[in-house]
Amino acid sequence: MKKINLPLTRDIIKTLKVGEEVLLTGPVLTARDAAHKRLVNTLESKGKIPVSIKGETIYYTGPTPARPGEIIGSCGPTTSFRMDPFSLVLLKNGLLGMIGKGERSYEVTSMIKRFGAVYFVTIGGAGAYLSQKIKGNTVLAYKDLGTEAIHRLIIEDFPAIVSIK
Amino acid sequence: MRTINSKLITDTVRALCIKANIELRKDVLLALRRARKKETNSKARRILDIIIQNALIAKEKRLPICQDTGMVVSYLKIGQDIKIKGDIRKAILEGIANAYRDGYFRKSIVQDPLIRKNTNTNLPPVIYTKIVPGNKMDIRVIVKGFGSENSSRTKMFRPTDPSSLIEDFVVRVVRESGSKSCPPLYIGIGIGGTLDKAVSLSKEAILRPVGNYNKAPHIARLEKRLFKKVNNLKIGPMGMGGKTTALGVSVLTYPTHIAGLPVAVNISCHATRDAGKVV
Repeated sequence: MKKINLPLTRDIIKTLKVGEEVLLTGPVLTARDAAHKRLVNTLESKGKIPVSIKGETIYYTGPTPARPGEIIGSCGPTTSFRMDPFSLVLLKNGLLGMIGKGERSYEVTSMIKRFGAVYFVTIGGAGAYLSQKIKGNTVLAYKDLGTEAIHRLIIEDFPAIVSIK
Repeated sequence: MRTINSKLITDTVRALCIKANIELRKDVLLALRRARKKETNSKARRILDIIIQNALIAKEKRLPICQDTGMVVSYLKIGQDIKIKGDIRKAILEGIANAYRDGYFRKSIVQDPLIRKNTNTNLPPVIYTKIVPGNKMDIRVIVKGFGSENSSRTKMFRPTDPSSLIEDFVVRVVRESGSKSCPPLYIGIGIGGTLDKAVSLSKEAILRPVGNYNKAPHIARLEKRLFKKVNNLKIGPMGMGGKTTALGVSVLTYPTHIAGLPVAVNISCHATRDAGKVV
């Protein structure tokens, strides 16, 4: 299976084929509904967001809390289409990759292609399995959102399928 | 009259919430293994392998099967010869809060649906109670993830509509849910009653073990037809194709009004989770 190192570049994305199964290794950000809404509201009101999105890959997930001594709890993907209203603004700000589950809207699909970005799906409901592929976890921003805070995860050989590029 | 202390309810609910989140239902795991054997699409097979492995890792490491540890829906069948010492609602809530704290589960409930501030306890649940004969209490909890809940639908048909229209509706709901609801799915369907009765039946339907059929022969036939039709959609595990779109279809019915034919479809994912105990 093809191994991809993160952060992504447009050159790496060019080598990917839709439907291809890959293993991702490197840093990703986490963000789901509440964090997306806050990021995009801030960007649209010309505010400064607490993390840089440029060249990043966002994993749509809200993990369970880590048990003491563990890196993270269960950590599978959440449904991506709920982030569709916010993805265009993030793509315009340099977002290159997204990991989630399920279909995207027509608009987001075309924008991913136009911006030379990529959308991966991974296995929903396999949060225990996927948590074993996570080697680092720190909260970067929006701590008040709890499970919806923005985390920096380091993933290793994380299984994903190229869905839109 | 038998007296049950509310502490027993708290402890039982706590244990059931932990079990439901960590141990995949035996019938669901069996259905996944059967599906894996029959599946011919190689990508679908690899995904089913990971889903099965996920269940084993969850149980071994005491990790939630899915990070969406759900909203708790609890069903209580209370024997009419029981006297409960203490506040029963409080007892259930305490059991859930304890489970979600001690189990390191995600707290996914917001207090107000519009203001959306997390309660940080996973409370409150949805509680259904039924008074039944006897002096026992049957406690069951479903932990319902919202990836699949969001794809659930209901429709009020004409009483004269043929079964084929209902079947088309179910197939459309499954098609539109695509891979968002984490297929292979367990599809609960409620037919009859009022709007709310059909919806609650559709959720109760997923409590039935996968692979069992409704006792009424015409409903069992409907379940088999629907099972075939939804699998013909070839959505497959996580939408990657293959023959495994659903693990099962379970229909429950109730008498209804001469003017109506309510139908509700409650989609449940491959991590269909519940646990129950009689005390």
